[in-house]
Amino acid sequence: MQVTMTVNGDEVTRDVEPRLLLVHFVRDHLGLTGTHWGCDTSNCGACVLWMDGEPVKSCTVLAAMAHGRTLRTVEDLDRGGELDPVQQGFMQCHGLQCGFCTPGMLMTARHLLDDVPDPSELQIREAISGQICRCTGYENIVHAVRWAAEHPGGSAGADADAMSESSPATAGQADSDQEVPA
Amino acid sequence: MTAADVDAGATAPLSEAGNPIGFGRMLRKEDARFLRGQGHYIDDIQLPGMLHGAILRSPLAHARIVSIDTTAAEALPGVRAVITGATLETLGLAWMPTLSNDVQAVLATDKVRFQGQEVAFVVADDRYAARDALELIDVEYDPLAPVIDARRALDEGAPVIRDDVEGKADNHIFDWESGDAARCDEVFASADVVVAQDMLYPRSHPAPLETCGSVAHMDKVTGKLTAWITSQAPHAHRTVYALVAGLPEHKIQVISPDIGGGFGNKVPIYPGYVLAVVGSIVTGKPVKWVEDRSENLMSTGFARDYHMHGEIAATRDGEILGLRVDVIADHGAFNASANPTKYPAGFFNIFTGSYDLRAAHCKVTGVYSNKAPGGVAYACSFRITEAVYLVERIVDVLADELGIDPAELRMRNLLRPEQFPYTTQTGWEYDSGEYPRALRLALDLAGYDELRREQAAKRERGELMGIGLSFFTEGVGAGPRKHMDILGLGMADGCELRVHPTGKAVVRLSVQTQGQGHETTFAQIVSSQLGIPPEDIEVVHGDTDQTPFGLGTYGSRSTPVSGAAAAVVAQRVRDKARIVAAAALECSPDDLEWEHGRWFVKGDPTQGRTIQEIAMLSHSALELPEGVEGHLDASAVYNPPNLTYPFGAYVCVVDVDPGTGQVRVRRFVAVDDCGPRINPMIVEGQIHGGLAEGVGMALMQAIAFDEDGNCLGGSFMDYLLPTSMECPAWELGATVTPSPHHPLGVKGVGESATVGSPAAVVNAVIDALEPFGVRHADMPLTPAQVWLAMQGRPARTDLATT
Repeated sequence: MQVTMTVNGDEVTRDVEPRLLLVHFVRDHLGLTGTHWGCDTSNCGACVLWMDGEPVKSCTVLAAMAHGRTLRTVEDLDRGGELDPVQQGFMQCHGLQCGFCTPGMLMTARHLLDDVPDPSELQIREAISGQICRCTGYENIVHAVRWAAEHPGGSAGADADAMSESSPATAGQADSDQEVPA
Repeated sequence: MTAADVDAGATAPLSEAGNPIGFGRMLRKEDARFLRGQGHYIDDIQLPGMLHGAILRSPLAHARIVSIDTTAAEALPGVRAVITGATLETLGLAWMPTLSNDVQAVLATDKVRFQGQEVAFVVADDRYAARDALELIDVEYDPLAPVIDARRALDEGAPVIRDDVEGKADNHIFDWESGDAARCDEVFASADVVVAQDMLYPRSHPAPLETCGSVAHMDKVTGKLTAWITSQAPHAHRTVYALVAGLPEHKIQVISPDIGGGFGNKVPIYPGYVLAVVGSIVTGKPVKWVEDRSENLMSTGFARDYHMHGEIAATRDGEILGLRVDVIADHGAFNASANPTKYPAGFFNIFTGSYDLRAAHCKVTGVYSNKAPGGVAYACSFRITEAVYLVERIVDVLADELGIDPAELRMRNLLRPEQFPYTTQTGWEYDSGEYPRALRLALDLAGYDELRREQAAKRERGELMGIGLSFFTEGVGAGPRKHMDILGLGMADGCELRVHPTGKAVVRLSVQTQGQGHETTFAQIVSSQLGIPPEDIEVVHGDTDQTPFGLGTYGSRSTPVSGAAAAVVAQRVRDKARIVAAAALECSPDDLEWEHGRWFVKGDPTQGRTIQEIAMLSHSALELPEGVEGHLDASAVYNPPNLTYPFGAYVCVVDVDPGTGQVRVRRFVAVDDCGPRINPMIVEGQIHGGLAEGVGMALMQAIAFDEDGNCLGGSFMDYLLPTSMECPAWELGATVTPSPHHPLGVKGVGESATVGSPAAVVNAVIDALEPFGVRHADMPLTPAQVWLAMQGRPARTDLATT
């Protein structure tokens, strides 16, 4: 069957099997491999992208169901080459390690901030609670989203900021010759 | 190491880009691609003409294969090949060696031995067609009684799983002992108090978010195999491929692309990797195989599955005297543990933990069962997770018996700083430690005394609050190679460094990041030794054609071994730079002094050359002393003299719902000492992740089986992983005790929190259940398990409880 949709601002038309999953359509047919696949059961959220402005788990959406819709993936998140504030926040706060859950987390985070510009820690945790990260223990993801909330325009001097902003505090006991690196 | 090296960590100057020239918080280089969706993981690889593979797996745990009919599958449009065990037998590839000197079926020929075992492989034009074809393969099985309960695997008359091994009449794999049994008997006989506790460290699974997979391309013209593999150890994999398949090693290129989490799951060699190669040989095309989530959970390297009986001896006033343990280790249907050869139970015999004991002994018996193979995985530091859990749990049981506060009992028995280097009763030489300092800091950060007061008040109101501690000693950075090898490959790692004429550098590693940030950290290591800004240092890894040999990343060994190699190679370049600088300055190298990336004349700092200037000079027409070659590069192989021994003190606070048994982790305080921190941001991230894993193992995660051998954790709907809602905001602390033997004084940290945290969580829950007289309940402490424990009948968590 033929499907037509708008993906990251471009209209695309493809012949697909009716059973083709949207995640495979986006990855294998459009070459947008930033959207990942992790579980098949809607549990992990590595495949989150936006359909008509709402985050969906694309492993449980058929490509056919996206016919006539508008998709947005992580590849469209930056603004003319400059990282979106949530992308900057993830870098500033070490909100990613292996990077596999990151695109899905970013898409959910962007959606949250569009709806709730100044979310509490609990609101952030609830927003990402349908997604799994195996590396970060989530705390730095929460910090990353908060960073983005506090820097809605991003930060041209983000790197300089990073050096002056402390990471989540590590309490230490400093000996004369054994400082905890700051 | 020198004091200067530590100071360099604390006071590294900043580059023009704002990065520390050496140690310090630095944003990660690799983030730029991951944030844009431009990471390059195994399933992102597309090659011209590439085909897709899929594996048919056994629905039964134990059955004889009567027949396999592939006719219908082969006739399906789009199918290029259907491969069975019979096909592989003609190639001599039906069985492959494991990393523990056993063999494992690539595709079953005689029997299936666990649910999910590989039975046939289909290669087709796309992944959907390949899966369709699996449905059309008709396999007739003759079911056999399975061995599911590890504690009954050695029973008289138990079904023999490994009848492929000539003369095998039972399910026994090995017996391994460590320590002094007779001395233990003496100490236990004269002790005031002996307490015993059975405990299970249940089968768990690392479940990296990216599953395992491979793309294999056998080029018939050149005879070269290129294999992209989700591998934490690309060089070891290449050598094993050469040894197994008889392929010439110089004609194999193993590439580990970006890895979406490993945690030990991507160390073993899986049948799917071999099948992708076979598929490419048979079809002449590149073949991609990527497993789905259920395949990952049901067939690839699990972790733990240790059934432990511990006994601890002490004086009445709380001096711990001895510890002994008996273990039944369930290794599944094939012994595929990734252990150093001399350590069939890994480093489990580090179970004496952080205490000064008079005697210790352990005996581990490995058994086969009709479950997936594996055992050593999931950030376990070669079974130190099990060891730490055992000792930290039983110390709490002892504290309960003696009526001594668990913090006080630990403080009384911790090794003292003056005892280091300390040789344990089982022969480990701990390199350095200031244990009481770390425990004190953790208790202070937690506000321990106040927590105990709060708990007492809550108990009076019938509320269940628990405070749990653990103190762990890790041992990471295997080798030394004279003691530690995998399949005969000594556990040392190479490193190569080249400084280009303009002063930019490339460093080539044998280890493979799975999210640990090597591209940043290793640039910082080189930067700390050469003064070249880290943004000017490119880190190359994950490609056997581009990097020197080494054993890879697992067991927290990258920084202790490869990090040392990077430091050594940079120091060699610095030494060479000194000679070049001396030639340029027309002085003796002995007259030069090094600081901040520059050799200068002692007493006259204006006379000097920066490392960048020296790089150009070393490639120039400058006349160098006799015997000194030009250019600025070096290589090294680092064979560690000992493990490094990071340690830490953890405090967990939980609240338990008395009506449902639901546990909420309210706080978690983690004080880690891994020596100086190359990049504190990354170290903290590693600890955060490990703490989440610990909460998951303690409260949620377990791979259990029903009596027929059906895996009950075969999807993320059944195998529950912690989300943002189960994890608290982590509270971290640090002390710094350098390693005396590592060139940078640093210790590994990647697995510390996974090793140390489960015991703290369990101890907290058991502490919360004190009003019910609960002394122990096995992980995972799900609401059902906690509720059963409150009724005085906690369940076995390895078997179906329905």
